[in-house]
Amino acid sequence: MHKILEKNLILLIGAILVTVSIGGLVQIVPLYTMESTIEKVDGMRPYSPLELAGRNIYIREGCYLCHSQMIRPFRDEAERYGHYSLAAESMYDHPFQWGSKRTGPDLARVGGKYSNDWHVAHMVDPRSVVPESIMPGYSFMADRQLSYLNMDDHLYTLRQVGDPYSDDQIRSAVSDVGTQANGENGDVDAFLARYPKAAIGDFDGNPDKVTELDALIAYLQILGRMVDFTTYKPEMNRR
Amino acid sequence: MSGQTGPVTPAPAPLAYDDEVIRKFVVATIFWGVVGFTVGVLIAFQLAFPALNLDLEWTSFGRLRPVHTSAVIFAFGGNILLATSLYVVQRTSRVSLFGGSATAHVIFWGYQIFIVMAALSYVLGYSQSKEYAEPEWFIDLWLTIVWVIYLVVFAGTILIRKEKHIYVANWFFLAFIVTIAMLHIINNLAVPVSMTGAKSYILWSGVQDAMTQWWYGHNAVGFFLTAGFLGIMYYFIPKQADRPVYSYRLSVVHFWSITFLYIWAGPHHLHYTALPDWTQTLGMTFSVMLWMPSWGGMINGFMTLSGAWDKLRTDPILRFLVTSVGFYGMSTFEGPLMSIKAVNALSHYTDWTIGHVHSGALGWNAFITFGALYYLVPRLWGRERLYSLRLVNTHFWIATMGIVLYISSMWVSGIMQGLMWRTYDQLGFLQYSFIETVEAMHPYYIIRGLGGVLFLLGSLIMVYNLIMTIKGRVRNEAPMGGQVTAPAAAAN
Repeated sequence: MHKILEKNLILLIGAILVTVSIGGLVQIVPLYTMESTIEKVDGMRPYSPLELAGRNIYIREGCYLCHSQMIRPFRDEAERYGHYSLAAESMYDHPFQWGSKRTGPDLARVGGKYSNDWHVAHMVDPRSVVPESIMPGYSFMADRQLSYLNMDDHLYTLRQVGDPYSDDQIRSAVSDVGTQANGENGDVDAFLARYPKAAIGDFDGNPDKVTELDALIAYLQILGRMVDFTTYKPEMNRR
Repeated sequence: MSGQTGPVTPAPAPLAYDDEVIRKFVVATIFWGVVGFTVGVLIAFQLAFPALNLDLEWTSFGRLRPVHTSAVIFAFGGNILLATSLYVVQRTSRVSLFGGSATAHVIFWGYQIFIVMAALSYVLGYSQSKEYAEPEWFIDLWLTIVWVIYLVVFAGTILIRKEKHIYVANWFFLAFIVTIAMLHIINNLAVPVSMTGAKSYILWSGVQDAMTQWWYGHNAVGFFLTAGFLGIMYYFIPKQADRPVYSYRLSVVHFWSITFLYIWAGPHHLHYTALPDWTQTLGMTFSVMLWMPSWGGMINGFMTLSGAWDKLRTDPILRFLVTSVGFYGMSTFEGPLMSIKAVNALSHYTDWTIGHVHSGALGWNAFITFGALYYLVPRLWGRERLYSLRLVNTHFWIATMGIVLYISSMWVSGIMQGLMWRTYDQLGFLQYSFIETVEAMHPYYIIRGLGGVLFLLGSLIMVYNLIMTIKGRVRNEAPMGGQVTAPAAAAN
């Protein structure tokens, strides 16, 4: 039988294609069709425009190469980082940032663990707050104006790939950046209705402009805080 | 009878192969190899001495690490795959390249432009942050076009072949080209925010993106770094050892089983994550099964030396090739071991994974590449032999010592860190804070960096040796293996 294959290029390519397709089809397609893949939870929402801008900085800098965002269901990880991560918690992540290496600690639930001031000091000079740290310094973020005038385009694109942004959210995307990073201008209540639990304030301690550091800290401060675990049922996770 | 002359039938004119482009791919392989190793050494020392990040955005670990991985996998590895596949397919089909030299040069320049675009984009802050698939959408599109031309040239050359059978090395090259195309396109499907901007959002999200990414990621290992490099093994080891491939039947069996099984192994990168358990279990099962066909390939490579093992004493090129198969066997044993969930619970997120990858990448991929380069350069430039076999031997031992330092330091640091994370004190509290585990890594990061320095040093010796070879120089040196020693009895 192989005598035919190794004399006919088209058959050989066809056979290879069929052979390599099976595994992927079996493992990937059911993840879209089985409802149990993503747990039903309360509290998950798409990122606010400022958080999203911060997430894009996280992606740009390759933070995932040293920091995971995926807590495994082990006793030591629960004590160190908190409740194990759910699939639902990254359902709006394009792409996912679970990571594969912990040169630094897991960040899946870093939101709310440290003050904004700590984050500013840590990002500008990590060894000023953690002397043994081997993280690079990111002082340039504190100076650089965040580019956010097209955040509505970003939200619109994310809606195209499946995130449930409303027309209202897309319309107010640009002004929402200012509202979240400042807290004084704009309608805070309306913003919080759009993005519950979002941290609001001047994150980097510099009220003059919205910097990349503002965005990054806004993102870090929401990580792991969206899901309401008082209503979460672990049986959901038996898959 | 030396002066005998007779009716001489003129030998058939030797086939004119398109070797100009192969020479270019060979030079590119060497160049990108040195670049990739150098960046690797730099980022290794950044982890030991964070001041080396310079606190500049373009030189931080996060931006340089993809430069290192892309340079060694796609630039160094990719160029040698292109060089060898296009070299082998001409000789085993006994025709010159389909599409001619011009089309082949489009592939060459197109691929180098892809590499430069990718590296620049990471440094300047454009990355999808999908591991080993970092280039943004427009670079992905560019690569897709180049790759399709490559497939057309490679498959076209087979189609017009003057041999009845398609040689085994070409099956592996075909599987590599076809599967990488499939993985690359599906994993990178994205919607750009604007057609004039670099930023895009990946079509998949969360758990589905994780599965798609590691379906891609693990099979970049499986088809780029394994199937393609097995193609190299199946041509260059028999050639250099001057022996036929050990078993045809074994090559058929392990080709199809590796092609079928590898694709399933992706979920072992996602053990104990939010990926459903059934997927993890499938991934683990197939990863363990993968051990068998992997060793099938190793055995076929090793046993090709049957009756020619003595050549290892005198031929350091063969030594590189055979050692690479040994490392292949070692890392394809370690891989299934680490894919077992209980082991993975300890090894995941630690340096053990980094060490595992490098035993494959340095020991298998780079060593077989070095062997192929030493084989190719004299032939492609029409030189009688290499400038120096003794320098090949020096390269071999320096590089081997580098690998030993690298992987053993990563074993120690990885297992130690995994254990420290889960250590409890007598009162039932976690014994170590995270930063204490970081501090404990410091000496091992220095040892690893030194291992990298040795490996880089070895490659520079190769560069010197190959440049002298191309110049046509021959070093005056004692032959490898030394003098024939007198029998022990006589020495008595």
